[in-house]
Amino acid sequence: MFDGIKKRVVCMWFPRFASDRVLRARPVDGPFAITLKSNNTERIYCLNETAERLGLTRGMSFADARAFCPDLISQPARPDLDARFLATLRRWATHYCPWVGRDGVDGLVLDVTGSTHLWGGEAEMLADIQSRAMRAGLTLRLGCAETRGAAWAYAHYGAGEEALTDLPVAALRLDEAMVTALQRLGLRSIGDLAEAARAPLARRFGPDLLLRLDQAMGHIPEPVMPESEPPSFATRISLPEPVGLTEDVMGLTARLLTPLCDKLNRYEMGARRLTLTLRRVDQGSQQVELRLAAPMRDPHRILPLFERGVEDVDAGFGIDQIRLQATQVEPLPVQQIGSAQTSPDQLNDLITRIGTRIGLDNVQRFLPADSHIPERSFAIAPAAFSTPDSAWPYLRPRPLHLFPPEPIAGYSAEPPTRFRWRRMSLTTGRAIGPERIAPEWWLPDDAWRSGVRDYWRIETREGRRLWLYHTPQNPGWFVQGEFA
Amino acid sequence: MGLRTMCAGMCQLCLTPIYMLDIASHRSLIAARRCSCYVPIMRVDFHTVFPLRRARVHEVYGPGSMSFAAMAAAGACLWIRESWLSDTLTPQGLLPMFDPALLLLARPKDQTDALAVAEEALKDGALPCVVLEITRPLNLREGRRLQLAAKAGGTTGLCIIPEGMGSNATDTRWRATPVFDAAEEDSTLMRWEIKRNKSGTLGAWNVRWDQKARRVHVVSPVRE
Repeated sequence: MFDGIKKRVVCMWFPRFASDRVLRARPVDGPFAITLKSNNTERIYCLNETAERLGLTRGMSFADARAFCPDLISQPARPDLDARFLATLRRWATHYCPWVGRDGVDGLVLDVTGSTHLWGGEAEMLADIQSRAMRAGLTLRLGCAETRGAAWAYAHYGAGEEALTDLPVAALRLDEAMVTALQRLGLRSIGDLAEAARAPLARRFGPDLLLRLDQAMGHIPEPVMPESEPPSFATRISLPEPVGLTEDVMGLTARLLTPLCDKLNRYEMGARRLTLTLRRVDQGSQQVELRLAAPMRDPHRILPLFERGVEDVDAGFGIDQIRLQATQVEPLPVQQIGSAQTSPDQLNDLITRIGTRIGLDNVQRFLPADSHIPERSFAIAPAAFSTPDSAWPYLRPRPLHLFPPEPIAGYSAEPPTRFRWRRMSLTTGRAIGPERIAPEWWLPDDAWRSGVRDYWRIETREGRRLWLYHTPQNPGWFVQGEFA
Repeated sequence: MGLRTMCAGMCQLCLTPIYMLDIASHRSLIAARRCSCYVPIMRVDFHTVFPLRRARVHEVYGPGSMSFAAMAAAGACLWIRESWLSDTLTPQGLLPMFDPALLLLARPKDQTDALAVAEEALKDGALPCVVLEITRPLNLREGRRLQLAAKAGGTTGLCIIPEGMGSNATDTRWRATPVFDAAEEDSTLMRWEIKRNKSGTLGAWNVRWDQKARRVHVVSPVRE
């Protein structure tokens, strides 16, 4: 401890965290429960006060709860949203003290040593926390003590002004089985446990029990780990006089880009999507969005990509605030400048530039796919979100050009010697085949309803090389592709 | 060096029908370069025209134009096709020519966007070749803009055009047709003709794609 100042830790526990989060947005009068599916049963995860008063408990199966209380309103649990809400609360709690950490999934722990006087004392600070939580619609229990363990014990089990030694052993953050075993031994309160001989306890229950006890009593330090703020990649500039010229906006964008890219560089991140918000004098705002084909943090390369979007902006009476934000970032490690001849950067820049015109999803590349069906033997993926793959199996010649099947006249299983296709009368010179391709029954496809297909490569005397198929199950001939 | 008429009808200087021309008596005029109806044909070597001249835009039409484009590109290229076209280019079909992983496909919604994308890519120079499929006639301004973009980027452009929709700004215009080959079975015999050439004369060749060497072989000179 630093001289003279006693350490003070506050533990905030939200006993009805999940249901409070939902009910804040949409209050419900009657009983309400959050259910979580575990071991193939819906179980109650969290309840509101009315439901608790009706005798429902956590962990009981949802079907039982509905039998007890037919008008129970329920919602499935969303642990991800809960975690996000807790992160928001953690951020809010930093206005009491800088050292705020999470405690489980429904609690926060604050190291308020030396910051209580800013609120006029500890009691005033706790009252402020409590009242703000109540206004936000959250049930909150607070514990304040010299150690983290004791604060937790007071928050979860404390009723009034009792001493730590009077609290039950469950207040030591122990698991259920250990608490039961301790109670069977007659060790009901923390005081009983502290007076008991340590060696037999350690031998029977392992080191964990004594560690928790020592942490609560303050014999072993337990620090609060504050979480770091996620970096925000945004810069802005406010102007004393409004601007309206494209060059001015581009110049200011360049000034904003440099610190943004420096920050991206510091975190080894690259921007994937950037938003430039131009606020006008009349409070209206316009946005220019830039989607990049690859993560990038080079201001000289990003700036020209904004030109096209900035030109379309209507400045109105002038722009007096500009904000540039990297709304989507991806890790981009620093790289050694190589001596490779072709740089992928130039290609990515080109993809971005084309993408701003026709949409980034419309710049595509072929990827191999595992199928014998000609139409599905390759996939087309946006080039910006895929990596090239050269693992093409070469089995049999495939046409260069594939079109929807066009029926032709033909009667037998052998390819027709003369046929008409696209108003041309063609004569078969050479027919290579058949290659039988069966439909993939596990994927419904209307085009393959006609059953298996026998594919033939037909070289006509007129020159055209076509890919024909015959459907023996529903006799018919079709042209599906061309080799030249 | 042989002699050959450029215009099919008559000599433009003396207005004599070709079939009535006496070559021998015309020699003096030709020597003085005063009659434009004759041009000396140096035999156009295929290798002077086929790896298509860089920093220019070329055109191709005919039923074999797709494979002409694939053989001319044969490497990293951007292929621009409008998104409403229902037929597709297949990577397996490109496989004998080059690795489809090198190909980028752009799907603009109409020809205005397609031309803008082509111009951007030609000017940029990140990809050595840009293939553009044309669906409506190009005017001289559009053709010229592509030509200037190709010159700026040092890239090769190739427009696949429906017959008669080309632009006068093109450097060469080719017609590619597959030819039935009774003798060999590798099914790649094609007839390529230069129909327009800004810096040379016309010619026609029968060619074949060599899949192992990944290059075009001229089979035999074609007789007119």
